[in-house]
Amino acid sequence: MSAAVDHQDQAHHAGDDHHGHSPFQAHHFETMQQQFDSGKLGIWLFLFTEILMFSGLFCAYIIYRYNHPEIFLYAHKQLNTTLGATNTVVLIISSLTMAWAVRAAQLNQKKLLIWLLSATLALAGVFLVIKYFEYTHKFDLGLYTGRENVMYQLQHPADFQELHEEVEENLAKQAEEKKEAEAHAVSEAEAVDAHPSEEHGDEHAAAHDSHGHDGHGGPEQFLDAPRNTQIFFGIYYMMTGLHGFHIVAGMIAIGWLLSRSIRGDFSSEYFGPVDYVGLYWHLVDLIWIYLFPLLYLIRS
Amino acid sequence: MSDHTTQHSDDHDHGLAHVMPIPIMIGTFLALLFFTGLTVFIADQDLGEIDIFIALAIATLKAGLVATYFMHLRWDKPFNILMFLFCFGFVALFIGIALLDSNEYQPAIEAYYNATTEIVETP
Repeated sequence: MSAAVDHQDQAHHAGDDHHGHSPFQAHHFETMQQQFDSGKLGIWLFLFTEILMFSGLFCAYIIYRYNHPEIFLYAHKQLNTTLGATNTVVLIISSLTMAWAVRAAQLNQKKLLIWLLSATLALAGVFLVIKYFEYTHKFDLGLYTGRENVMYQLQHPADFQELHEEVEENLAKQAEEKKEAEAHAVSEAEAVDAHPSEEHGDEHAAAHDSHGHDGHGGPEQFLDAPRNTQIFFGIYYMMTGLHGFHIVAGMIAIGWLLSRSIRGDFSSEYFGPVDYVGLYWHLVDLIWIYLFPLLYLIRS
Repeated sequence: MSDHTTQHSDDHDHGLAHVMPIPIMIGTFLALLFFTGLTVFIADQDLGEIDIFIALAIATLKAGLVATYFMHLRWDKPFNILMFLFCFGFVALFIGIALLDSNEYQPAIEAYYNATTEIVETP
């Protein structure tokens, strides 16, 4: 491969090697073109290992969904499609600003480059803030991974006595309330109407039917969970968590680009790092493009 | 590898790589937004079993747009594109072969679940 690159570079640069020696040209490269192409090959190889790493998680997802569709159907209701879609759009916009930043670096547009890199960084921040709200909402409900998950604990009452007692208490209270409510059936109906139906209007009604309570509140709302629903949350946290980790790494890399672009390192002669980080950033976007429908848009 | 010299034919005289025209960038961006909206819209339609495949097809289309235009693959070296496709080939092999025997231990797993978990009765 390197022989082929050498050959091509000599062909390409034989006539127009009038640029002199860029301060960013490493001594072991013949030309800037060779340096750029080598860097590009390197970042592509890295991205392929990234794809293969994520494919392990996708494999876990596919096998588990194939064997236990009921878990995914039940658990996806805990994910907020609006927030997921918003995050998709945020990442797509950040991909645009990143692609534009590469163009700006190639065309010596220093101010535009700084502006676009800042925008990309800010959008990455927005993504993480939205993710933070999604995660904390789930933590509030007790939807952790493995044994910590409230659904697991509900299905192992012997190991989690306290939770079991709390649930029984709540259920008893709700049964009482229901009796009272039945006495005032008409006013009850009005009260339900007055409730803002928060994130999921449909499930709201369904939960009301099956449990005789409003569907929000205590752990008893998860009593109808299929066995091992906590594994969905394990898959969800690992996939989105690893993706979020990549967003953080991307922010560090973009911050590094930003400081270098303010220093004025990049030009049409030397923009490799912007291009390489850009490719990485697009791959992070690309993975989210798959995560979004797989996790948030489960309907059947 | 002899065709390496040809992919620079549409290159700019001063550049190390292809410079993306603004209309293509904006067009890709708008297409991505459109398909995001479409996949959310379709998810709420009652299409039955096939909706996962429609969602994945749209996601693959979007991923293709990102790879082709935002990631410059359309103007990249054929070798990089080839490796990209190889990579997906290996992912397909990995997942395909893993799926082959994923049913193998299901009865044992099921028995274990049923022995160790308790579905609390809802009154």
